[in-house]
Amino acid sequence: MAVYLDHAATSPLRPDVLEAMLPYLTTHGGNPSSLHASGRRARQGVDEAREVVAQGIGAQPREIVFTAGGTEADNLAIKGVAWAATSRGRHVITTAVEHKAVLHAAAILERSGFEVTVLPVDRYGRVDPIDVAAAMTERTTLVSVMAANNEVGTLQPIAAIGEIVRGHGAKLHVDAIQFAAHEPIDVDAWQADLVSLSAHKLGGPQGVGALFVRRGTQMLPQMQGGSQERQRRAGTENVAGIVGFGAAVRFPVDAGTDRLRDLAGRLRAGLLSFEGVGLTGHPEDRLPNNVSVVIDGVEGGDLVAALDLEGIETSTGSACTSGSTEPSHVLLAMGIDPHLAHGSLRLTLGRETSEADLDATLAALGTVLPRLRSAVGLRPKATVPA
Amino acid sequence: MSRIVAAMSGGVDSSVAAALLTRERGDDEVIGVWMRTHGEMPEGLEQSRSCCSPDAADDARRVAQLIGIPFFTLNVEKEFGARVIDAFVDSYLEGSTPNPCQACNQYIKFDELLRRGLAAYGADAVATGHYARLEHRDGRWRLMRAADTDKDQTYFLWVLDQAQLSRTRFPLGDLTKPEVRAMAADLTLPTAQKPESQEICFVPLGDYRDLLEERRGYAGDPGPIVDAGGTRVGTHTGYAHYTVGQRHGLGVALGEAVYVREVQPATNTVVIGRREEVSQRTFTVDGARFTAGGPPADRFDASVRIRHRAPDVPAEVTMVGRDRFVVETAEPVWAPAPGQAAVLYDAAECLGGGRITRSDG
Repeated sequence: MAVYLDHAATSPLRPDVLEAMLPYLTTHGGNPSSLHASGRRARQGVDEAREVVAQGIGAQPREIVFTAGGTEADNLAIKGVAWAATSRGRHVITTAVEHKAVLHAAAILERSGFEVTVLPVDRYGRVDPIDVAAAMTERTTLVSVMAANNEVGTLQPIAAIGEIVRGHGAKLHVDAIQFAAHEPIDVDAWQADLVSLSAHKLGGPQGVGALFVRRGTQMLPQMQGGSQERQRRAGTENVAGIVGFGAAVRFPVDAGTDRLRDLAGRLRAGLLSFEGVGLTGHPEDRLPNNVSVVIDGVEGGDLVAALDLEGIETSTGSACTSGSTEPSHVLLAMGIDPHLAHGSLRLTLGRETSEADLDATLAALGTVLPRLRSAVGLRPKATVPA
Repeated sequence: MSRIVAAMSGGVDSSVAAALLTRERGDDEVIGVWMRTHGEMPEGLEQSRSCCSPDAADDARRVAQLIGIPFFTLNVEKEFGARVIDAFVDSYLEGSTPNPCQACNQYIKFDELLRRGLAAYGADAVATGHYARLEHRDGRWRLMRAADTDKDQTYFLWVLDQAQLSRTRFPLGDLTKPEVRAMAADLTLPTAQKPESQEICFVPLGDYRDLLEERRGYAGDPGPIVDAGGTRVGTHTGYAHYTVGQRHGLGVALGEAVYVREVQPATNTVVIGRREEVSQRTFTVDGARFTAGGPPADRFDASVRIRHRAPDVPAEVTMVGRDRFVVETAEPVWAPAPGQAAVLYDAAECLGGGRITRSDG
């Protein structure tokens, strides 16, 4: 059985979540828009999940729009709000360490004539609220900053940024997709107008997300069709997925936080015992389960493959960017040397991660690191292969 | 237990090679690896038949899933760009004929994959879908022609040394192409009916001249076409657009078929000749490598092949330096082109080879 240390990519479906979903995949079939009993039963599942998700972040149920995932939620927030506010201005602010779902959505706006400001970060990956304030103009309509970085785990000072954005009368979008699994969310404390969430980072199913849209926020739908989700997101609801999302949110997010923080600290100390290993991200203000390092003299992709063959599942950069030649845009934005950034490794712990898992991981690294770093020439093998 | 890296291109040969390994592996663990050699080409220019397209990666991954082996992608864009594409372009610019498939085998499939395969995957051998065989006899590894002489690919593998041969497997060496296709069909591999790749994978639409301009700024500079006596008989579009033995695109009418005999970069001149003027019995080869580690003798008999699928010709080989030899063939051979490999055989064994030099070099 493999050691799974890639919860930031996806966290395995929890058994209690699957149990909650099963009726909606079997006996409770029905379209929530249908008027008959089956439709009403499906609608009830969606309504209940909406209440649970809303309650989990201090929002009203009507402020929750279910989507097909975190990426769709980010796209809907950024394009939907920017396009709805063009009478006020066409300026959007974001940061250099956002997920590609945000950065690419902003890039599309830029191609359509919007002005996009991408704020720098410090060496820990943090944006300075003063930079946000300095970038705001009277044409600024939207600011998008993630709550926690998906690669290095650094937390952003969202409440301080929210104060500034609200003061300028612009809207604040927060990508809380990684954050939500580990820290409680209060959309009012953040003064956030839009918050993206994803079920599968919480032990829910893949393919379901949600966008919190504060009451009164103008937003143009990005999907045309029926009147589902109060005309903000057309298309038949993924009923079982949404029910699973609700079930995943019911689990108290902070239940295992202290344990994860201890384990992550142990793992960090173990990693630092190897030569040429440097921690990335903020030392304290970070997700409790995220351990991110750069390792000198190795290619991240090769390291992940080598660990995988030892039964340890990890990632380099983020799962969404692996396979590309470019080093992580997050590490580059933090000023990490591009050569070193190629050797990034992300280990993200979860509920079932044990101390034995960490021991196995460090032992495997002890096996593969010297091998990956060895540049010795080939010597002929004397034996004849069978 | 040992691990073997199966190089998977997404073609039928490497698919069956990987499948055969898993069938015969015993305690060995097989790992499928697809190498990304260059970035994706613009939609429409990508050649679906090339081994480096996203389609090829999809095919390789599906085969790995079907035969139940782990599958990884290895990025070798940097090495491929320098060792294969740049070398290909520079070859034209120095008046030689490039040999990209051999460069890819040498530097990418064996040097790079073997080195990184060993380091990253803890493997101790690499298997490819080449048609070639290996024998271990009298204390050394021997690179042998494939059972299917029509498909034999030892012409591209002569650079391998003992260290590399000892860590290489060629599962298809005893099979014919029709047998390989039949096996792929039996295993219901999605690549069973895939056509052969023919074109050079990194040259969209098969015109390398764009690449000369793109990578080295060479747009072509018209110059003289002369005959063997030095008389100008026409105008060319730029010397690097021509290679020795070429017949088409010369635009000269001398009443008989003429061919490029020599390309002279220094004077931007293309020399042409009649068929018999382009054939030679003696030529020099440098960059020599021998699979055994050294030549069998300072002077020895061998058969020589100077292009893929050309007939072998009996020859006498004389070493004139550590990595340089002169070939004298029993009968004239057609257009020994500078830059092309001259590969030496003793019956079915590939002894090694080198690159044909320019007559002035």
